[in-house]
Amino acid sequence: MKVFRYGDNIDTDVIIPARYLNAHSPGELAAHCMEDIDPAFAKAVRPGDVIVAGENFGCGSSREHAPMAILACGVKFVIAKSFARIFYRNALNIGLTPLESPEAAAALLDGAELFSCEAGGRIKAGKTYYQAAAVPEFLRGVSEDGGLLSAIKKRGTL
Amino acid sequence: MIVRLECDETDIERTVRYMTKTQKILARHAGLESVVPGQLIKARLDLVMGNDITAPVAISEMEKAGLDTVFDPDKIVLVMDHFTPCKDIKSAGLCTQVRKFAKTHGINNVFDVGEMGIEHVLLPEKGFTAPGEVIIGADSHTCTYGALGAFSTGVGSTDMAAGMATGLAWFKVPSAIAVRLKGRLRPGVSGKDVILHLIGLLGVDGARYQSLEFLNAEALSMDDRFTIANMAIECGAKNGIFPVDTLTLEYLKGRITRDFTDDAFGDEADYGRIVEIDLDALEPTVSKPFSPDNTALAKDLGDIKIQQVVIGSCTNGRISDLRIAADILRGRHVAKGVRCIVIPGSQDVYLQALREGLAEVFISAGCALSTPTCGPCLGGHMGILDAGERCVSTTNRNFVGRMGHTGSEVYLASPAVAAASALTGRITAPEETAQMEREGA
Repeated sequence: MKVFRYGDNIDTDVIIPARYLNAHSPGELAAHCMEDIDPAFAKAVRPGDVIVAGENFGCGSSREHAPMAILACGVKFVIAKSFARIFYRNALNIGLTPLESPEAAAALLDGAELFSCEAGGRIKAGKTYYQAAAVPEFLRGVSEDGGLLSAIKKRGTL
Repeated sequence: MIVRLECDETDIERTVRYMTKTQKILARHAGLESVVPGQLIKARLDLVMGNDITAPVAISEMEKAGLDTVFDPDKIVLVMDHFTPCKDIKSAGLCTQVRKFAKTHGINNVFDVGEMGIEHVLLPEKGFTAPGEVIIGADSHTCTYGALGAFSTGVGSTDMAAGMATGLAWFKVPSAIAVRLKGRLRPGVSGKDVILHLIGLLGVDGARYQSLEFLNAEALSMDDRFTIANMAIECGAKNGIFPVDTLTLEYLKGRITRDFTDDAFGDEADYGRIVEIDLDALEPTVSKPFSPDNTALAKDLGDIKIQQVVIGSCTNGRISDLRIAADILRGRHVAKGVRCIVIPGSQDVYLQALREGLAEVFISAGCALSTPTCGPCLGGHMGILDAGERCVSTTNRNFVGRMGHTGSEVYLASPAVAAASALTGRITAPEETAQMEREGA
């Protein structure tokens, strides 16, 4: 499990540049994920890897292509000090787990090794266990149902 | 000043009294007497909007999930504005997908080339947005409609799909920062300077998960209010919202016939922070690369050469923006080596610009005048920058690579600064070109 480390205010324009928004297949998005901030990312990333960042991850455009691209690379978790709100809800809606923990993110950005992270929010970095901010119950249910739209299909409404 | 709320959730009368304008709108749409910040609610939607980039993802995801009906075709608006007129085969495919979906579901509010405007200029113009409504759009600048006293916010494609299927969206009730405006704007200063100044003050995540509630707006034109609400997202806000006053009602006249509810600002609302802006003290402001909060005064920037100017977008593509730019460019010519691209925000704005003679001013001054499109703002088409190039733009973001090559730079500014800079070939405060004109230079 490799960790990709980034700073504050990583915007959706660098996560997936607009020049690639004329397509939305997972493969095409994955090929250009993080291209404008880390051109090596798309080739280096492997399923199960984790992105760690500072404050306000995913700010800017509402493009869902950003969490889609990250998920398409096989990354299931983003750990950050904080998330921009549209990115946060987009991620939860499609099954990418945003773990908001300023302490865990700080330790990891300082170079601590990541041993584990779980959808429940438990993170082990270095010798310490951290607990990310709780996801509201309704949204945990959404994730268990396979995303917002599957949940709607199953329940007949939101 | 910090006003703390000691809130007992069972004391409904009390919490109602303390609700912000945004919270009142959300409570009403959730069928609740009151809401408190942090509460997760499901709210009824008055309008769901998507564009040629975000709607195709929503449509594909709906189909994948087997959701084959929409809640109300008349409350869905689809605008082909980002890569249109289509820039390549793939974007043409996206538009085909949207048109087909609209036809299948009987959605008549589809705005295509020839009727199209930039969504956040077009929707208020066509009367789709009214005070007190709850509106989601799969575009982050959907917060624009707060200028009319609506709760409107940007979401992703899945939320758009969920909204189209059910007419509902989930929201975490935001707390709020209040903004109080004092005085009046000086000549050459506009709504864009107000919002850039505020973003500089708060930072790009200074209002994250919060509303920006503008408590008064008597000194601002409607177009200024649209510009300000439009960029609320650039300090992370969920929405920006303005009072409904005589100017708002005048704007709505002839555009809206349905009833609407205007919720007052809560006099005792729990504003975590109140920011005061002295409008008289504001000067033309720019955001330097690579963040909208990296602000400075235009006059302090020194000799920063530019190769391109863009005047338009959902932020500044309205008629008063074009009038301001044309007043500066009239009878003069853009500097050699500068490409100045003017993009009216809608067909109506374009036509008005023609009728008022603004189109002729722009073309005589050596500007390119385009059909409405988001185009260069997001690095889509119609003005992409090469490495080492610099642009002064009336758009809303200046992130790395936003308008093209990652080695290019965007300075965000008002239409006045953009037009003045087009004349000199470097970032210029409008006062300087006005002075030049007085001196007959």
